[in-house]
Amino acid sequence: MSVLVLVLALVAIGIAGYVLCRYRAVASVGGDTKKLHSLPTYHGWHGFIMGFLPGLVVLALWVVVQPLLIEQRMGRFFDPAVFEDDTQRVLLMADVRRVASGLDTAVDLGALSEQQAAQIRTEFGSVRERLAEVGVALGAEVTPEVLQAAQSYRQQAATGALWRTIVTLAVAGSAFLMALRLTDGAFRARNRVERVMQGLLLTASTIAILTTVGIVLSMLSEAIRFSTMYPIADFFFGLTWSPSFGGGSQLGLLPLLWGTLYISLVSMIVAVPIGLFTAIYLAEYASPRVRAVVKPLIEVIAGIPTVVFGLFALVTVGPLIRDWIAQPTGLGSSGSSVMTAGLVIGILNIPFISSLADDIINAVPQAMRDGSLGLGATKSETIRQVVLPAALPGIVGAVLLAASRAIGETMIVTMGAGAAAKIDLNPFEAMTTITVKIVSQLTGDTEFNSPETLVAFALGMTLFVITLGLNVFALYIVRKYREQYE
Amino acid sequence: MEDMRLMERTLATNQVKVAAKGVDVFYGATHAIKDVSVDILDNMVTAFIGPSGCGKSTFLRCLNRMNDTVSVARVTGDIRLDGEDIYDPRVDPVQLRARVGMVFQKPNPFPKSIYDNVAYGPKIHGLARSKAELDEIVEKEAKDRLKEPGTGLSGGQQQRLCIARAIATSPEVLLMDEPCSALDPIATAQVEELIDELRANFSVVIVTHSMQQAARVSQRTAFFHLGNLVEYGETGQIFTNPRDPRTESYISGRIG
Ligand SMILES: Nc1ncnc2c1ncn2[C@@H]1O[C@H](COP(=O)(O)OP(=O)(O)OP(=O)(O)O)[C@@H](O)[C@H]1O
Ligand SMILES: [Mg+2]
Repeated sequence: MSVLVLVLALVAIGIAGYVLCRYRAVASVGGDTKKLHSLPTYHGWHGFIMGFLPGLVVLALWVVVQPLLIEQRMGRFFDPAVFEDDTQRVLLMADVRRVASGLDTAVDLGALSEQQAAQIRTEFGSVRERLAEVGVALGAEVTPEVLQAAQSYRQQAATGALWRTIVTLAVAGSAFLMALRLTDGAFRARNRVERVMQGLLLTASTIAILTTVGIVLSMLSEAIRFSTMYPIADFFFGLTWSPSFGGGSQLGLLPLLWGTLYISLVSMIVAVPIGLFTAIYLAEYASPRVRAVVKPLIEVIAGIPTVVFGLFALVTVGPLIRDWIAQPTGLGSSGSSVMTAGLVIGILNIPFISSLADDIINAVPQAMRDGSLGLGATKSETIRQVVLPAALPGIVGAVLLAASRAIGETMIVTMGAGAAAKIDLNPFEAMTTITVKIVSQLTGDTEFNSPETLVAFALGMTLFVITLGLNVFALYIVRKYREQYE
Repeated sequence: MEDMRLMERTLATNQVKVAAKGVDVFYGATHAIKDVSVDILDNMVTAFIGPSGCGKSTFLRCLNRMNDTVSVARVTGDIRLDGEDIYDPRVDPVQLRARVGMVFQKPNPFPKSIYDNVAYGPKIHGLARSKAELDEIVEKEAKDRLKEPGTGLSGGQQQRLCIARAIATSPEVLLMDEPCSALDPIATAQVEELIDELRANFSVVIVTHSMQQAARVSQRTAFFHLGNLVEYGETGQIFTNPRDPRTESYISGRIG
């Protein structure tokens, strides 16, 4: 049975569990449902869960584990030296799978019998041509090893699938029978269903956390590998960034960090006042009609892909700044500059700050404003002296979140700030950031196992720590002061 | 109607601080206050009583134009403070609120220190006041905690802080909307004592749901019902010898 059919079968068992357990529970008290510990529906759901969930868990595990096991057993067809190498093995296994699925298709179409598919040998003629006849295209001629491995793979997969069906159905069936046996008037189906719900919610939240942990671990392991190839002190304190794949690279973090922080600073100088004033206007002054139009319009900005902003920086803002400010004042001659990228990232962040701050200002209790107005304060006095101080922690949180977004921004910097890693105070000079260099070190035809490539992970880790720190700090501030004002 | 006019004449012998004539308030289509006329006298405590939703708060908020901040509210009629029309377009509502202070039902201290809460009004109005003078205004319990946040006080302390904050602006009229509804009997007694002292310098209007409180602290009582002013007169007379049957049934607990 295919996985899909199997899942459908589990659903069917579950439904049967629902109906039967519910029926059994009601029957056990002679139809007087008041005597049941739990409502009949809970007994039903308990039956469904028992019929469906254990089987599904087994099936899911099986689907994950089986390919790993089979892959391990493919080793005997290949040269161990080749198979040990991670990259090579991945390529080989991809070949094996493609040929195996090609054979499957051929059998399905009747071009080969099951017998022929299992026994075909490269010596009898080109397997590639045979498969091409039935519409399965392979990139290169199949080697004898791959063909044999593919045949073994098919056979093992078939055996695996058979056992998968048997085991899954057996587990589902016995859980189903157990549920049926447990069900009687006093059985606490409600509590058990509750526990399963709790487990489901927990699983959902764990997935997000595990993903983060996974990301960190995978970056960390590569970053550690980098630290074995390149002196880590030189990385953190080096003032020069000049990677060369031939060797003799200087991979200093500081120029990139400087560019990142400088551009973020410029962007915050743009975004914070404009975003904040927008929020104050929207929350305190705008009539409901104006608000209904302006707020969505501002938030449209947040929906524009950053690459479009990058284009805007490249073709409009950059040349404008160069022709009207940088060149006339003799401060620079490049369209790409800290100013360009900072300005555009700032614009990108305006709606982010304004809509967060707007929510926060709206959350300040009306009683606070009434109190101030009732004392004869004007609207702006009220806003400056009562509303904003009350909203300040939340606003600081919003600003820090925006800062971490600016630090992590890539596309706009690539197109607006250039790729020159240097430490300079002049904001009209081209500089670059950590994110840009991560991209440029990892793209292109480069050897993976060199410090020049692996430095990307160290950079990524640094960036992650910076933004994580900012986020944690922001959340801490927001949380610490929130309760104070109900 | 005849009755009302008679009543007004007897009251007019005292000095009138706020005079409201034919006031109507609408919230969109809701007619919340219907043709209400009241004279609020100086150096007296006037109590507004009446069942929930009858418009006490609404009328109170007309007296310092706090209803201006409610976009759907519309006020018509004539309200005069010392003979000056407060709804005249030339009148600055901000200035007016400095003269007619307000204490709200729920204590609403600002998230600042106690000292800054009390100093808030004097600061924005540029009243030169020494720190020592301010310290005196703040209640005894709060005194040694001047630097602490006002939100850290108990409910009763917060409410007295709010009263102190309102008085610090030295208004002429003090409006209080159920100032004791969140307080225990002891704190209530303290606030009532405070109100009695305030009478010497201010004209006080207090909204309350407690008949006893109205009887204890006020000299004049107005009874509202469904947006109408049913009866207005001396507190003693209202409670012992109400003229309107609705007043009587409310006081004896049959409406409400
Ligand atoms: N902001 C508002 N928008 C619309 N209607 C309102 C608003 N405020 C009050 N109302 C209406 O006006 C009427 C009078 O309300 P008000 O708050 O003045 O009553 P109240 O006498 O103070 O009642 P309570 O004793 O419960 O405080 C009520 O019917 C209420 O629904
Ligand atoms: Mg009220």
